[in-house]
Amino acid sequence: MTVTLLAEQLLNGLQFGLMLFLLAAGLTLVFGIMDVLNLAHGSLYMIGAYIAASVAQATGSFWIALPAAVAATGLVGLALEVTLIRRLYRRDHLSQVLATFAVILIADDLVKLIWGPAPIMLSAPAALAGPVEIAPGLLYPSYRLLIIAVGLGLALALYLFITKTRTGMLVRAGSSNREMATIMGVRVDRLFAAIFTLGAMLSAVAGALLGPLLAVEIGMGENILILALVVIVIGGIGSIRGAFVGALLVGVVDTAGRAFLPDVLNTVLSNAVAAQLGPALAAIAIYILMAAVLFFRPQGLFPARS
Amino acid sequence: MGAPLTGRAHPGVQRILPWLLLIIAVALPWVATALDQGYYIGLARRVMIFAIAAASLNFIMGFGGMVSLGHAAFVGLGAYTVAIAMAHGLTSAWIAWPLAMLVAATFALAIGAISLRTRGVYFIMITLAFAQMLYYLAVGLKQYGGEDGLNLPARSQIGFGLDLGHEPTLYWVVLALLAAVMLGLNRAVDARFGRVLLGIRENEARMEAIGFPTFHYRLAAFTIAGAIAGLAGALIANHNLFVSPAAMHWTQSATLVVMVLLGGIGYRYGGLAGATALLLLEEFLAAFTDYWHLPLGLILLAIVFFAPRGIAGALSSRPTA
Repeated sequence: MTVTLLAEQLLNGLQFGLMLFLLAAGLTLVFGIMDVLNLAHGSLYMIGAYIAASVAQATGSFWIALPAAVAATGLVGLALEVTLIRRLYRRDHLSQVLATFAVILIADDLVKLIWGPAPIMLSAPAALAGPVEIAPGLLYPSYRLLIIAVGLGLALALYLFITKTRTGMLVRAGSSNREMATIMGVRVDRLFAAIFTLGAMLSAVAGALLGPLLAVEIGMGENILILALVVIVIGGIGSIRGAFVGALLVGVVDTAGRAFLPDVLNTVLSNAVAAQLGPALAAIAIYILMAAVLFFRPQGLFPARS
Repeated sequence: MGAPLTGRAHPGVQRILPWLLLIIAVALPWVATALDQGYYIGLARRVMIFAIAAASLNFIMGFGGMVSLGHAAFVGLGAYTVAIAMAHGLTSAWIAWPLAMLVAATFALAIGAISLRTRGVYFIMITLAFAQMLYYLAVGLKQYGGEDGLNLPARSQIGFGLDLGHEPTLYWVVLALLAAVMLGLNRAVDARFGRVLLGIRENEARMEAIGFPTFHYRLAAFTIAGAIAGLAGALIANHNLFVSPAAMHWTQSATLVVMVLLGGIGYRYGGLAGATALLLLEEFLAAFTDYWHLPLGLILLAIVFFAPRGIAGALSSRPTA
């Protein structure tokens, strides 16, 4: 009983962590290679979810909606890079914060103009509505299994892309020493546009997949953006490996904290105190994790640059 | 950072400008009451309270080079201190407001002691992390309203026959405190303390080599800024007669950062100018359309590209120094 509960919560943590990884991967690459702190990354996630929901409503098929959202959000990301982000490369981080904060404001209002202020529905595909028995006595929602599979698949693909391909080599070169890569003849403008578009597409995957589980609403990007930032800071900015480890850590700690901390506290504290402290402690668990990591390793777990 | 080293205002017109603004600000409640526009007393008061918070953030961001994305937490701590003290019967402003500053300063000291070990973006993120912890702790304070927040039964009492429930009186008290904060921070920037802080911002290794305990200077500045933000919190609690965790949410901290950048980071009146401009813009745009975020975002983008030094930088005739 408790073992299955534990396994279920661990799977939930894995599932949430993998989606955080998709967001954090784009964020950490853009930051590590282009040195741009992009607060609007969460807006791309929101746009991905909204487009997926619209296409799913129009066509009735989640399987058309997912690739459509990824392609469309990729185009939005490319347009954003060409019109705005490109002009921010040489600016300091604070200008980037102000400009991309402005993009958040604009994106939120544009979404409100197009889709209205109310949250909209995105349903999981009907075929995956029910649970499957993945171990004796352990039923797990098949849709969440799909998310885990897609997340693991994309993480593997990203790993192969970064370590085995020529473009991936340029990404690593840019991440560890941008000036040197530029001097050695890397076509940075194209590389930057490609990376930013890739990041937008990955966040759209996360938006479309998480849409049926969380609400598709304005402001959804701001909440998850902070989690993605926590992930890349824990992992070490610019490091894909760090983003992966950080995302799984945050996903598991957050999920497990919410599920188990109140009960654990109950055993050592009085009921009333535990009931009040439990949820608060669970919510701040990941921030305590981040502060602890930064206290001992101020550059994160896997610093991309030494 | 690129802000001018001194941030000293251009002599002449700009020297009398603050006093001119002060006179206008003092007269505003009488004018507003005479024109039957009492609403603007509240609006101006809110602007001034945020100006206090933004000025304190500008002090550490602009002059100390410490970009904190958790400053709203100190505002919230000050607000909650006043509200909780009042819930337990402590209504005197003379005790509750300094207590609010003390609580905020204590937290700033502890948070700064840990956070200042990190640099750059990591510093931004660790201050954010601590602010989020305090935010969720406030959400967890069920006996003080939890997520719904806490109403104040009345405003703090300052004695001397003055009643803060009288809207203009609270306005003038806020104005006096804003003036005191601006004067105090300007003094600090000119003093040896501020010079050392600027030196650390420009080249910490050199300052350390000369023999300054740079960590202690930065921590002291961070703590002072926290205390002033706590004062702003005590005032906003009185202004709204309400506190809630939303005041400590990270978007509030981001708004304070945006105010400083909009006003002009590292300029003496940058925080004041930014808080005024942002809140009045919001007010103005919201009067015309529900979709006021969109034009506000476009204006902020225009600031980034056409006035990268913010309002104070654009108004200052002094070239880069």
